[in-house]
Amino acid sequence: MKKITSLEDLRRIKEQSKDLTSARSGGKTRIIVGMGTCGIAAGAREVMTVILQELDRRGLKDVAVETTGCIGMCQKEPLVDVIRPGELRTTYGDVGPADVPRIIVEHIVNGNIVEDKVVGQTD
Amino acid sequence: MLQDLSQYILDIAENSLKARASSVEIEVNEDTRENVLRLRVSDNGVGLDSEQLSMVENPFFTTRTERRVGLGIPFLRQAADTCDGSFGIRSAKGRGTVIEASFRRDCIDCPPLGDIPATIMTLMVGWPERSFLFRFRFNDDIFETGTEELLQILEDRELLASAEVALWISRYMEQGIYNLRTGGNEGFEEDYQP
Repeated sequence: MKKITSLEDLRRIKEQSKDLTSARSGGKTRIIVGMGTCGIAAGAREVMTVILQELDRRGLKDVAVETTGCIGMCQKEPLVDVIRPGELRTTYGDVGPADVPRIIVEHIVNGNIVEDKVVGQTD
Repeated sequence: MLQDLSQYILDIAENSLKARASSVEIEVNEDTRENVLRLRVSDNGVGLDSEQLSMVENPFFTTRTERRVGLGIPFLRQAADTCDGSFGIRSAKGRGTVIEASFRRDCIDCPPLGDIPATIMTLMVGWPERSFLFRFRFNDDIFETGTEELLQILEDRELLASAEVALWISRYMEQGIYNLRTGGNEGFEEDYQP
Protein backbone atom coordinates (compact mmCIF):
# COMPACT_ATOMS: atom_id res chain seq x y z
CA MET A 1 0.00 0.00 0.00
CA LYS A 2 1.24 3.47 -0.87
CA LYS A 3 1.91 5.91 1.90
CA ILE A 4 -0.62 8.57 2.68
CA THR A 5 0.66 11.95 1.62
CA SER A 6 1.81 14.16 4.43
CA LEU A 7 3.76 17.37 4.80
CA GLU A 8 6.70 15.19 5.90
CA ASP A 9 6.86 13.83 2.35
CA LEU A 10 7.24 17.36 1.07
CA ARG A 11 10.13 17.90 3.46
CA ARG A 12 11.74 14.76 2.04
CA ILE A 13 11.28 15.97 -1.54
CA LYS A 14 12.91 19.24 -0.60
CA GLU A 15 15.84 17.53 1.13
CA GLN A 16 16.40 15.12 -1.77
CA SER A 17 16.16 17.80 -4.41
CA LYS A 18 18.96 20.17 -3.62
CA ASP A 19 19.69 20.03 -7.32
CA LEU A 20 16.08 20.79 -8.24
CA THR A 21 16.79 24.41 -8.98
CA SER A 22 20.51 24.14 -9.58
CA ALA A 23 20.12 24.91 -13.26
CA ARG A 24 18.06 28.02 -12.62
CA SER A 25 20.67 30.51 -13.70
CA GLY A 26 22.01 28.75 -16.77
CA GLY A 27 19.83 28.41 -19.88
CA LYS A 28 16.64 26.67 -18.93
CA THR A 29 14.21 25.48 -21.57
CA ARG A 30 10.85 27.19 -21.07
CA ILE A 31 7.41 25.74 -21.70
CA ILE A 32 4.59 28.29 -21.66
CA VAL A 33 0.94 27.21 -21.54
CA GLY A 34 -1.89 29.63 -22.44
CA MET A 35 -4.20 29.83 -19.44
CA GLY A 36 -6.78 32.42 -20.49
CA THR A 37 -10.50 31.60 -20.46
CA CYS A 38 -10.13 30.25 -24.01
CA GLY A 39 -7.20 28.02 -23.04
CA ILE A 40 -8.93 26.72 -19.93
CA ALA A 41 -12.09 25.93 -21.89
CA ALA A 42 -10.03 24.03 -24.47
CA GLY A 43 -8.27 21.89 -21.85
CA ALA A 44 -5.04 23.80 -21.13
CA ARG A 45 -4.97 22.79 -17.47
CA GLU A 46 -5.03 19.09 -18.36
CA VAL A 47 -2.20 19.70 -20.84
CA MET A 48 -0.25 21.50 -18.12
CA THR A 49 -0.76 18.59 -15.71
CA VAL A 50 0.51 16.08 -18.28
CA ILE A 51 3.53 18.29 -19.00
CA LEU A 52 4.43 18.28 -15.30
CA GLN A 53 3.92 14.51 -15.11
CA GLU A 54 6.13 13.88 -18.13
CA LEU A 55 8.89 16.18 -16.85
CA ASP A 56 8.76 14.48 -13.46
CA ARG A 57 8.72 11.00 -14.95
CA ARG A 58 11.72 11.71 -17.16
CA GLY A 59 13.57 13.63 -14.46
CA LEU A 60 13.88 16.74 -16.62
CA LYS A 61 14.69 19.33 -13.98
CA ASP A 62 16.13 22.07 -16.17
CA VAL A 63 12.78 22.90 -17.76
CA ALA A 64 10.66 25.78 -16.46
CA VAL A 65 6.89 25.54 -16.87
CA GLU A 66 5.04 28.84 -17.02
CA THR A 67 1.56 30.08 -17.87
CA THR A 68 0.36 33.09 -19.82
CA GLY A 69 -2.95 34.73 -20.65
CA CYS A 70 -4.83 34.86 -23.92
CA ILE A 71 -2.68 35.92 -26.87
CA GLY A 72 -5.56 36.31 -29.31
CA MET A 73 -5.38 32.94 -31.06
CA CYS A 74 -8.27 31.46 -29.10
CA GLN A 75 -9.31 29.12 -31.92
CA LYS A 76 -5.93 27.35 -31.72
CA GLU A 77 -6.02 26.72 -27.95
CA PRO A 78 -4.59 24.94 -26.09
CA LEU A 79 -1.43 26.78 -27.11
CA VAL A 80 1.96 25.66 -25.82
CA ASP A 81 5.19 27.54 -26.50
CA VAL A 82 8.60 25.93 -26.27
CA ILE A 83 11.75 28.02 -26.03
CA ARG A 84 15.07 26.22 -25.92
CA PRO A 85 18.02 28.40 -24.92
CA GLY A 86 19.30 30.35 -27.90
CA GLU A 87 16.57 29.07 -30.24
CA LEU A 88 13.38 30.56 -31.68
CA ARG A 89 10.12 30.48 -29.74
CA THR A 90 7.98 27.73 -31.21
CA THR A 91 4.22 27.93 -30.73
CA TYR A 92 2.25 24.69 -30.85
CA GLY A 93 -1.53 24.84 -31.31
CA ASP A 94 -4.45 22.54 -30.62
CA VAL A 95 -2.27 20.61 -28.19
CA GLY A 96 -3.93 17.69 -26.44
CA PRO A 97 -2.58 15.62 -23.54
CA ALA A 98 -1.61 12.91 -26.07
CA ASP A 99 0.69 15.34 -27.93
CA VAL A 100 2.68 16.22 -24.82
CA PRO A 101 5.08 13.23 -24.64
CA ARG A 102 5.95 13.76 -28.32
CA ILE A 103 6.70 17.46 -27.84
CA ILE A 104 8.79 16.73 -24.76
CA VAL A 105 10.81 13.87 -26.25
CA GLU A 106 11.23 15.19 -29.77
CA HIS A 107 11.58 18.90 -29.17
CA ILE A 108 12.71 19.45 -25.59
CA VAL A 109 15.01 16.44 -25.30
CA ASN A 110 16.14 15.93 -28.89
CA GLY A 111 15.74 19.44 -30.32
CA ASN A 112 13.51 18.48 -33.25
CA ILE A 113 10.37 20.50 -33.83
CA VAL A 114 7.09 18.56 -33.99
CA GLU A 115 6.06 19.98 -37.37
CA ASP A 116 2.42 18.92 -37.53
CA LYS A 117 1.52 20.87 -34.38
CA VAL A 118 3.39 24.09 -35.11
CA VAL A 119 1.43 27.32 -35.43
CA GLY A 120 4.42 29.60 -35.81
CA GLN A 121 7.87 30.60 -34.74
CA THR A 122 9.05 33.97 -33.41
CA ASP A 123 12.14 35.51 -31.88
CA MET B 1 -19.42 27.68 -20.56
CA LEU B 2 -16.62 25.95 -18.76
CA GLN B 3 -16.82 22.30 -17.77
CA ASP B 4 -16.69 22.35 -14.02
CA LEU B 5 -16.24 24.44 -10.91
CA SER B 6 -12.48 23.94 -10.82
CA GLN B 7 -12.16 25.54 -14.27
CA TYR B 8 -14.24 28.53 -13.15
CA ILE B 9 -11.98 28.92 -10.12
CA LEU B 10 -8.88 28.88 -12.31
CA ASP B 11 -10.36 31.41 -14.71
CA ILE B 12 -11.52 33.83 -11.99
CA ALA B 13 -8.23 33.51 -10.08
CA GLU B 14 -6.28 34.28 -13.27
CA ASN B 15 -8.23 37.58 -13.39
CA SER B 16 -7.04 38.33 -9.84
CA LEU B 17 -3.44 37.71 -10.87
CA LYS B 18 -3.73 39.89 -13.93
CA ALA B 19 -5.05 42.54 -11.53
CA ARG B 20 -1.64 42.25 -9.81
CA ALA B 21 -2.94 40.62 -6.63
CA SER B 22 -0.11 39.45 -4.37
CA SER B 23 -2.52 37.27 -2.45
CA VAL B 24 -5.57 35.29 -3.60
CA GLU B 25 -7.93 33.42 -1.32
CA ILE B 26 -10.10 30.66 -2.76
CA GLU B 27 -12.88 29.05 -0.81
CA VAL B 28 -15.22 26.25 -1.80
CA ASN B 29 -18.05 25.61 0.59
CA GLU B 30 -20.12 22.50 0.14
CA ASP B 31 -23.10 22.38 2.45
CA THR B 32 -25.13 19.21 2.10
CA ARG B 33 -27.66 20.30 4.77
CA GLU B 34 -28.49 23.55 3.02
CA ASN B 35 -28.03 21.83 -0.34
CA VAL B 36 -25.77 24.55 -1.62
CA LEU B 37 -22.34 24.85 -3.15
CA ARG B 38 -20.60 28.18 -2.69
CA LEU B 39 -17.49 29.55 -4.32
CA ARG B 40 -15.57 32.62 -3.25
CA VAL B 41 -12.44 34.14 -4.77
CA SER B 42 -11.03 37.24 -3.12
CA ASP B 43 -7.88 39.15 -3.93
CA ASN B 44 -5.92 42.26 -3.02
CA GLY B 45 -5.41 43.32 -6.63
CA VAL B 46 -5.95 46.73 -8.22
CA GLY B 47 -9.73 46.40 -8.07
CA LEU B 48 -12.33 47.84 -10.40
CA ASP B 49 -13.90 51.28 -10.38
CA SER B 50 -17.68 51.62 -10.37
CA GLU B 51 -17.85 52.02 -14.14
CA GLN B 52 -15.81 48.86 -14.77
CA LEU B 53 -17.83 47.06 -12.12
CA SER B 54 -21.08 47.87 -13.91
CA MET B 55 -19.63 46.53 -17.16
CA VAL B 56 -17.96 43.40 -15.95
CA GLU B 57 -20.89 41.07 -16.55
CA ASN B 58 -21.22 42.29 -20.11
CA PRO B 59 -19.53 39.76 -22.42
CA PHE B 60 -18.49 42.57 -24.76
CA PHE B 61 -16.49 44.27 -22.05
CA THR B 62 -12.87 43.35 -21.52
CA THR B 63 -9.76 45.26 -20.52
CA ARG B 64 -7.57 43.19 -22.79
CA THR B 65 -6.66 44.19 -26.29
CA GLU B 66 -5.99 40.75 -27.80
CA ARG B 67 -9.68 40.06 -28.28
CA ARG B 68 -12.92 41.97 -27.88
CA VAL B 69 -14.95 39.68 -25.65
CA GLY B 70 -14.60 38.71 -22.00
CA LEU B 71 -16.54 35.59 -21.22
CA GLY B 72 -15.19 34.38 -17.88
CA ILE B 73 -17.49 36.27 -15.52
CA PRO B 74 -20.60 36.03 -17.75
CA PHE B 75 -19.99 32.25 -17.91
CA LEU B 76 -19.85 31.94 -14.13
CA ARG B 77 -22.89 34.12 -13.64
CA GLN B 78 -24.88 32.11 -16.17
CA ALA B 79 -23.86 28.82 -14.54
CA ALA B 80 -25.00 30.09 -11.13
CA ASP B 81 -28.26 31.45 -12.52
CA THR B 82 -28.99 28.13 -14.19
CA CYS B 83 -28.76 26.41 -10.79
CA ASP B 84 -31.01 28.65 -8.70
CA GLY B 85 -27.83 30.22 -7.35
CA SER B 86 -26.52 33.70 -6.97
CA PHE B 87 -23.59 35.68 -8.24
CA GLY B 88 -21.99 38.72 -6.73
CA ILE B 89 -18.94 40.87 -7.26
CA ARG B 90 -17.63 43.54 -4.92
CA SER B 91 -14.59 45.62 -5.65
CA ALA B 92 -12.89 48.84 -4.70
CA LYS B 93 -10.18 50.56 -6.69
CA GLY B 94 -6.85 49.90 -5.05
CA ARG B 95 -8.31 47.48 -2.50
CA GLY B 96 -9.17 44.28 -4.32
CA THR B 97 -12.08 42.23 -5.56
CA VAL B 98 -14.35 39.55 -4.13
CA ILE B 99 -16.36 37.26 -6.38
CA GLU B 100 -18.96 34.91 -4.98
CA ALA B 101 -21.17 32.40 -6.70
CA SER B 102 -23.53 29.79 -5.35
CA PHE B 103 -25.30 26.81 -6.86
CA ARG B 104 -28.12 24.54 -5.73
CA ARG B 105 -26.14 21.36 -5.13
CA ASP B 106 -28.61 18.84 -6.50
CA CYS B 107 -29.50 20.92 -9.54
CA ILE B 108 -29.03 18.83 -12.67
CA ASP B 109 -26.97 21.62 -14.23
CA CYS B 110 -24.80 22.18 -11.18
CA PRO B 111 -21.21 22.02 -12.41
CA PRO B 112 -19.25 19.13 -10.89
CA LEU B 113 -16.36 20.14 -8.63
CA GLY B 114 -13.84 18.93 -11.20
CA ASP B 115 -10.14 18.71 -10.50
CA ILE B 116 -9.72 21.43 -7.89
CA PRO B 117 -6.20 20.28 -6.90
CA ALA B 118 -5.06 20.65 -10.53
CA THR B 119 -6.43 24.20 -10.52
CA ILE B 120 -4.56 25.21 -7.38
CA MET B 121 -1.41 23.46 -8.63
CA THR B 122 -1.63 25.30 -11.96
CA LEU B 123 -1.96 28.63 -10.15
CA MET B 124 1.04 27.91 -7.93
CA VAL B 125 3.22 26.78 -10.84
CA GLY B 126 2.21 29.73 -13.01
CA TRP B 127 2.55 32.33 -10.26
CA PRO B 128 5.06 31.07 -7.70
CA GLU B 129 5.82 34.60 -6.52
CA ARG B 130 2.19 35.20 -5.48
CA SER B 131 0.45 33.70 -2.46
CA PHE B 132 -2.60 31.47 -2.54
CA LEU B 133 -4.77 30.30 0.30
CA PHE B 134 -7.15 27.49 -0.48
CA ARG B 135 -9.94 26.44 1.84
CA PHE B 136 -12.52 23.69 1.34
CA ARG B 137 -15.42 23.62 3.76
CA PHE B 138 -17.64 20.58 3.90
CA ASN B 139 -20.48 21.22 6.33
CA ASP B 140 -18.63 21.88 9.62
CA ASP B 141 -15.21 20.61 8.55
CA ILE B 142 -12.37 22.44 6.86
CA PHE B 143 -9.35 21.48 4.77
CA GLU B 144 -6.99 24.37 4.23
CA THR B 145 -3.59 24.78 2.67
CA GLY B 146 -1.68 27.45 0.85
CA THR B 147 1.55 28.92 -0.36
CA GLU B 148 2.62 30.20 3.07
CA GLU B 149 2.15 26.81 4.74
CA LEU B 150 4.06 25.04 1.97
CA LEU B 151 6.84 27.62 2.07
CA GLN B 152 7.46 26.88 5.73
CA ILE B 153 8.84 23.59 4.45
CA LEU B 154 10.06 24.52 0.98
CA GLU B 155 11.51 27.92 1.94
CA ASP B 156 12.18 28.68 -1.73
CA ARG B 157 9.29 29.92 -3.87
CA GLU B 158 10.93 28.60 -7.00
CA LEU B 159 10.41 25.06 -5.75
CA LEU B 160 6.65 25.61 -6.02
CA ALA B 161 7.05 25.56 -9.81
CA SER B 162 9.08 22.36 -9.97
CA ALA B 163 7.22 19.40 -11.44
CA GLU B 164 7.87 17.08 -8.53
CA VAL B 165 6.68 19.54 -5.90
CA ALA B 166 3.69 20.65 -7.97
CA LEU B 167 2.48 17.09 -8.42
CA TRP B 168 2.95 16.45 -4.72
CA ILE B 169 0.84 19.53 -3.90
CA SER B 170 -1.90 18.31 -6.21
CA ARG B 171 -1.92 14.89 -4.57
CA TYR B 172 -1.83 16.38 -1.08
CA MET B 173 -4.90 18.45 -1.84
CA GLU B 174 -6.63 15.56 -3.57
CA GLN B 175 -6.28 13.55 -0.40
CA GLY B 176 -7.27 16.42 1.87
CA ILE B 177 -10.47 17.07 -0.05
CA TYR B 178 -11.23 13.36 -0.29
CA ASN B 179 -10.81 12.90 3.47
CA LEU B 180 -12.94 15.93 4.17
CA ARG B 181 -15.80 14.82 1.95
CA THR B 182 -15.77 11.19 3.09
CA GLY B 183 -14.91 11.75 6.77
CA GLY B 184 -11.75 9.66 6.77
CA ASN B 185 -8.87 8.46 4.63
CA GLU B 186 -9.39 4.70 4.78
CA GLY B 187 -10.41 4.30 1.17
CA PHE B 188 -8.24 6.96 -0.33
CA GLU B 189 -5.72 4.76 -2.12
CA GLU B 190 -8.41 2.45 -3.47
CA ASP B 191 -10.64 5.23 -4.77
CA TYR B 192 -7.91 7.58 -5.85
CA GLN B 193 -7.91 8.23 -9.60
CA PRO B 194 -4.95 10.38 -10.59
